[in-house]
Amino acid sequence: MEWIQQLVNGISVGSIYALIALGYTMVYGIIKLINFAHGDVFMLGAFIGFFAITRWDVGFLPALIISMVLCAIIGVIIERVAYKRLRSATRIAALITAIGVSFLIEYTMIFFRGPGLETYPEVLPNTSIDVFGVSVSSKSILILIVTIILMILLQFIVHKTKIGKAMRAVSLDADAARLMGINVDNTISATFAIGSALAGAAGVIFGAYYTRIEPLMGVLPGLKAFIAAVLGGIGNIPGAMVGGLVLGVVETVVSAFGFSLWRDAAAFIILILILILKPSGLFGKNTREKV
Amino acid sequence: MAEKRTLKRFASVFLASSLIVGALAACSGKEGTSTAGNTSGESSDVIKIGANLELSGSVASYGSSIGQGAELAVEEINAAGGIDGKKIELVKVDNKSDNAEATNAAVKLATQEKVVAMIAPATSGNVIATTQIANQYKIPTVTASGTAPNVTENEDGSINEFVFRTCFIDPFQGIVAANFATKELGAKNVAIYADNASDYAKGLAASFKEQIEANGGTVVAEEAYVADDTDFNSTLTRIKSANPDFIFIPGYYEEVGLIVKQARELGIEAPLMGADGWDSPTLVELAGSEALNNTFITNHYSSQDPDETIQGFVKAFEGKNNESPNAFHALGYDTVYFIKDAIERADSTDGEAIQKALAETKDLSLITGTFSVDEKHNPVKSATVLEYVDGEQKFNSKVNP
Amino acid sequence: MKKSKAFWVYIIFALVIYTIVQVMISGGTLDLYYQNILIQMCINIMLAVSLHIVIGITGQFSIGHAGFMAVGAYFSAIATMNLGLPFFVALIIGAVAAGFAGLLVGIPTLRLKGDYLAIATLGFAEIIRIVFLNIDYVGGAAGMVVTNMTTWTFAFVGVVLTIFVIANFTNSRHGRGAIAIREDEIAADAMGINTTYYKVVAFTIGAIFAGLAGGIYSHNFFIIQPTTFNFLKSFDILIYVVLGGLGSLSGSVIAAIFLTIVSAYLSNFPETRMIIYSLVLILVMLYRPTGLMGTKEITHLFKFGKKGGSKV
Repeated sequence: MEWIQQLVNGISVGSIYALIALGYTMVYGIIKLINFAHGDVFMLGAFIGFFAITRWDVGFLPALIISMVLCAIIGVIIERVAYKRLRSATRIAALITAIGVSFLIEYTMIFFRGPGLETYPEVLPNTSIDVFGVSVSSKSILILIVTIILMILLQFIVHKTKIGKAMRAVSLDADAARLMGINVDNTISATFAIGSALAGAAGVIFGAYYTRIEPLMGVLPGLKAFIAAVLGGIGNIPGAMVGGLVLGVVETVVSAFGFSLWRDAAAFIILILILILKPSGLFGKNTREKV
Repeated sequence: MAEKRTLKRFASVFLASSLIVGALAACSGKEGTSTAGNTSGESSDVIKIGANLELSGSVASYGSSIGQGAELAVEEINAAGGIDGKKIELVKVDNKSDNAEATNAAVKLATQEKVVAMIAPATSGNVIATTQIANQYKIPTVTASGTAPNVTENEDGSINEFVFRTCFIDPFQGIVAANFATKELGAKNVAIYADNASDYAKGLAASFKEQIEANGGTVVAEEAYVADDTDFNSTLTRIKSANPDFIFIPGYYEEVGLIVKQARELGIEAPLMGADGWDSPTLVELAGSEALNNTFITNHYSSQDPDETIQGFVKAFEGKNNESPNAFHALGYDTVYFIKDAIERADSTDGEAIQKALAETKDLSLITGTFSVDEKHNPVKSATVLEYVDGEQKFNSKVNP
Repeated sequence: MKKSKAFWVYIIFALVIYTIVQVMISGGTLDLYYQNILIQMCINIMLAVSLHIVIGITGQFSIGHAGFMAVGAYFSAIATMNLGLPFFVALIIGAVAAGFAGLLVGIPTLRLKGDYLAIATLGFAEIIRIVFLNIDYVGGAAGMVVTNMTTWTFAFVGVVLTIFVIANFTNSRHGRGAIAIREDEIAADAMGINTTYYKVVAFTIGAIFAGLAGGIYSHNFFIIQPTTFNFLKSFDILIYVVLGGLGSLSGSVIAAIFLTIVSAYLSNFPETRMIIYSLVLILVMLYRPTGLMGTKEITHLFKFGKKGGSKV
């Protein structure tokens, strides 16, 4: 029984990693940038959701949508102001800028509201459902459902809409896409908007699930989500989803064996093993689809 | 030719870089003398107290809290006329939650600001990074929350002469908690779930374990987490399967709030207990008042204590900062009064005189309790055991050392 | 002949700087505060230059340098505190241990390129940190109390040695091999350069001097804890190299000096320090992405003037 319980625990953690990883994987797929600020957009999303719920008295779903919209706008602003000029710069310059943006968001937040934490109000029904001795909280089921819905939505956007087609084209070959009449700048902005919206959603879900949010909460989940994205094959949307869930379960299993202090190390070991042994990730193929 | 050019280039690279170091050294030297001149001029009408605190970085919330508490105390003292007519000036320096920066900050306070006394950092590691500076410059240093025994007492048993603290040391609270568990709650099989990233929690866990085993109890599970974790379900599931009748969770409220919540959600009904690190209204918000039922903490004081001085402090603090004070706020506030008391008794701003007065402190009554300083520079004060009932702290018992 | 001349010029200037500062210290002009800043400057220069050889010269993007610093700091602290060895022996032990760690990390990861390498080195640095966190022999999270042994002399000799070795490496056959890898790895490979070998050598040398810096660091700040060496520390070092200019040794040195001073100055403004810091970082990257110096050395600025006279 204990092990099924642990599996449930792992999936709850993993679905949040997965949501953040989706944004990472999309942005990396299209401009080959490890967007370090992505974890901080996740943090902003959590705070926007918090303010929406406490100040404007909205429920969970409206808060989720408000947060997604505002995060999308923030993501586009970050891209336009900081990253756009760096398209032709070295990868290192772009990565350093991303680190700078990440610090800027974190410490501006601390400057305005202090480093303290904030507690999410109870917005979701919280009952433990007992299935054969395994207690599953209604929250974690709800979160998994929201995550899956968002992922299906994303798959739909990428595969069935015009902008999705443009994204795929740009990620394959930006110059060729431009020659075909695709507005590359707008497409990249759209990618940032969608990725950041997902991070914002993850922020609200995280807040509702774990209650505690703080200005530096995005750092570690951001890194973990990146690992999840690499694990699933960076640029691959279902891969990011599966990578997130696998990482969540692996971390839980490591803790379950009593090695909770080595949990983060385990995540990094997975990262290194994947990078060395199979850099294209679990789902990477030779002609992998990138967005 | 080419070889010669590269050699020359290499020689001049170093030349240039070393010139810069030299030039900097030269100008910084000048700066040093000038600031020293300034400070000695103004030191006659103000008493400078340095505060070497974590204002940014990973434990910024503790450092900032102590700073807020200290500021309130300084404001009150200055409004009441200061110390012998001299106003206190609090010089806050950020140590970025980093050992090296803590040393730098202490050196800066000692040599540049020429402070009379220092409030040391919040975490024991950072305090240790400043103790040798305090001894060297003979500046009495008081930490509000550095609870590790080796802050004041070195490994060889010698005492850091100029270092004091306002808080208990780790072993005391651990022993109180262990005795409470066996005697009041009749616990036999206990679990320990400690924050492994903090020496505070590890110290508590170690002394708790020792005492509980001396009391005839068994530790059935010993687990650890790391600060900033948010998901504790997997380890809690492990603890649950060990079936303990009492769980000791030394750590800080940021994590403990979530641990208590997740433990209850997993169906762990056993009593939970912690220490002063739990004390914050945020704990109740994080865990929810229902989950907190059947949990206990050891603490310096209770903010719900009807005592007039305590309520006066709570009101004044809420008026200034728009939040209720936690243990760090109270300890920061007390630290300033502790130093003030010593300066008044010493009737001097000389480091050695203040040091002597601090060491001789007797029955000083502050927010976090009435205490005397023992030969190891630790305050001897009683601990309070509090119980959470529907989100309110209820006084349970008082334990004297 | 000429080589020895350049060498002696270097040594003499190093001695001059050393003597000036030493006289100022003994004379009391430089109190502990400034001595401390100078030692820190030396540590930062060593870290910057040791990362410069990896990123600037060989073009391998590592963001896990704090890991090697941690190895050096811990091993040298164990040597002095637990084994009672003299300080300079401890520094050598720390440097060798870090070099060994560099070799172990470098061999598997240096096959990776670009961002992947960056993330892998970051991962290794975090693993090293977590290992120290879980070893009770070195105090775990509470850290290790270390006696202060670092003096200005040790720190300065460390810098002189680091710059000497790395500048020499750059101008050697190995260095040219490494630069070829930076410019175009595939072309370098095609030219018959054993790319893996040169990358690993450069990486190991970088790790050795990071370890030396770590040893000097641990004996200057009374206590070392695993959290000190987290990935923010790695980023700090990275920023020196990038701000100074990728491929410029003097640039790294200048950036390390400059940022040490900025950091000391900004400690008066704790709330805004990190905001200013990150803004500077972004602006430099946006408007001068090659860093302050680019790949130029500071001597290039003087060269035009000197060219006629010194061409003997």
